[in-house]
Amino acid sequence: MKLITAIIKPFKLDEVREGLSALGVQGMTVSEIKGYGRQKGHTEIYRGAEYAVSFLPKIKLEIAVTSELADSVIEAITSKAKTGQIGDGKIFVTSLEKVVRIRTGEADGDAL
Amino acid sequence: MNRLMKRLAWGSATLLASLLLLSAPAAAQDALDTGDTAWMLSSTALVLLMTIPGLALFYGGMIRKKNVLTTTAQCFAIAGLSSVLWMVAGYSLAFSDGGGLNMFVGGLGNLFLGGVAVDSMSGTIPETVFVTFQMTFAIITPALIVGAFVERMKFSALLWFAGLWMLIVYAPITHWVWGGGILADRGALDFAGGLVVHLNAGVAGLVACIVLGKRTGYGTENMAPHNLVLSLIGASLLWVGWFGFNAGSALAAGTGAGMAMLVTQIATAAASLAWMSTEWIVSKKPSVLGLISGAVAGLVAITPASGFVDPMGALLLGIIAGVVCYIASVSLKHAFGYDDSLDVWGIHGVGGAVGAILTGIFAVEAIGGTPGVLEGNFGQLWTQIEGVIATILYCGVVSFILLKVVDMIVGLRVTRDIEVEGLDINLHGETVHD
Repeated sequence: MKLITAIIKPFKLDEVREGLSALGVQGMTVSEIKGYGRQKGHTEIYRGAEYAVSFLPKIKLEIAVTSELADSVIEAITSKAKTGQIGDGKIFVTSLEKVVRIRTGEADGDAL
Repeated sequence: MNRLMKRLAWGSATLLASLLLLSAPAAAQDALDTGDTAWMLSSTALVLLMTIPGLALFYGGMIRKKNVLTTTAQCFAIAGLSSVLWMVAGYSLAFSDGGGLNMFVGGLGNLFLGGVAVDSMSGTIPETVFVTFQMTFAIITPALIVGAFVERMKFSALLWFAGLWMLIVYAPITHWVWGGGILADRGALDFAGGLVVHLNAGVAGLVACIVLGKRTGYGTENMAPHNLVLSLIGASLLWVGWFGFNAGSALAAGTGAGMAMLVTQIATAAASLAWMSTEWIVSKKPSVLGLISGAVAGLVAITPASGFVDPMGALLLGIIAGVVCYIASVSLKHAFGYDDSLDVWGIHGVGGAVGAILTGIFAVEAIGGTPGVLEGNFGQLWTQIEGVIATILYCGVVSFILLKVVDMIVGLRVTRDIEVEGLDINLHGETVHD
């Protein structure tokens, strides 16, 4: 099993979610985060006081999938979240050791 | 009775009646005017709204979230503190007869509001209404100072300083201008508090921010306003409430109040647009903070002039105030390097001084009874400058002394750790949760 963590531009969330639903992904966790990579922040000026804001708002998605589905999920996220502009984000894939559904106690593949 | 007797009888009766009427005691005071009283009751409420929550929100939105409760608490607490102290001694020191010292301060004749009865009069309104109306001024003036030292002052120190300052700085200066003291005697024009409220608070703010020192991280850390929507709401409450402040200072519901309200609106609007335009040119983007700051600058500057100038004068005054206060808050502050966090000096101090001086220029005799420079009275300009200098000197020196005294009693500034973590949780045990 794999845990796919994707950091994307906030306005892309709905498109990505729809794309993943089409693949059969039935759940995800979404957080509002800040970050930067190659995309520079912006400067705000308040009564002459300048503040460089380096951290930009992003959305983090965490999706647990079976290893077989991982590549399609990555492909779906990439195609839906891409704008071609700097700051589109990144996807991290890590191995998932165990998954449990709390309500029923199902584990691993049955819990995904 | 024959005709002659009749005439004599009527004549004597008339004469007697006339004598009785003439010898009746003259009215000791004006009759109560319900229109004036209703307006003044309303004005009092409007001016209180300016502090709670107007100023609280205006300031609160501009500082970091970790200190928002502290800042709003300071405004709210001063509302309570100043009210009580005004009742105890403030009103007396500001408005009663000071006997031999009357040029400089009132006396103790109205201590604990003794002598103010339910039917005591102040002009055409009950004295109780006048007391409360002036109380709201005594509330907002120390509350304004808070903006200069946000995010680093102890709550205990703030209470001590605000209380002492109201009695020892605010009340005497009020007496000088409105209580029959020296500035009134010399003919200084300050309709609603350009000197008494704004220059006064501004100077105290400048002194305080220098005595307390800059915020930790000033110049390097991000200290951006955490919620400008709050500030806009606050500024709007200030704008509307200011009608009570300026038009209410006419102490009557009549032509004076009408003109005061009109010129207030014009100057404020002009100043807001002037600040916005200046910022648009200099920084390429007109900010919301600039719009509301400009408006407040206009409100401050028209305050001393509101009972003396006409719409044209107000328009020019507003434009000048918008530009000058922008320069003071944006350029001067950063040039000199003091951390007047919310520009109490830049807007209230400079705006009050500019407004007071321009009053001497734009005053129209037909409106407020005194002509200004434009009507040939050059002396008025000097009188206004005198008032500005006197206020700056007295307020500056005494505020400095009071701060040092309070520093000895409780210490002025929080520790560095508390300042970095935030005042809300450390001083009040509360935070704003999203």
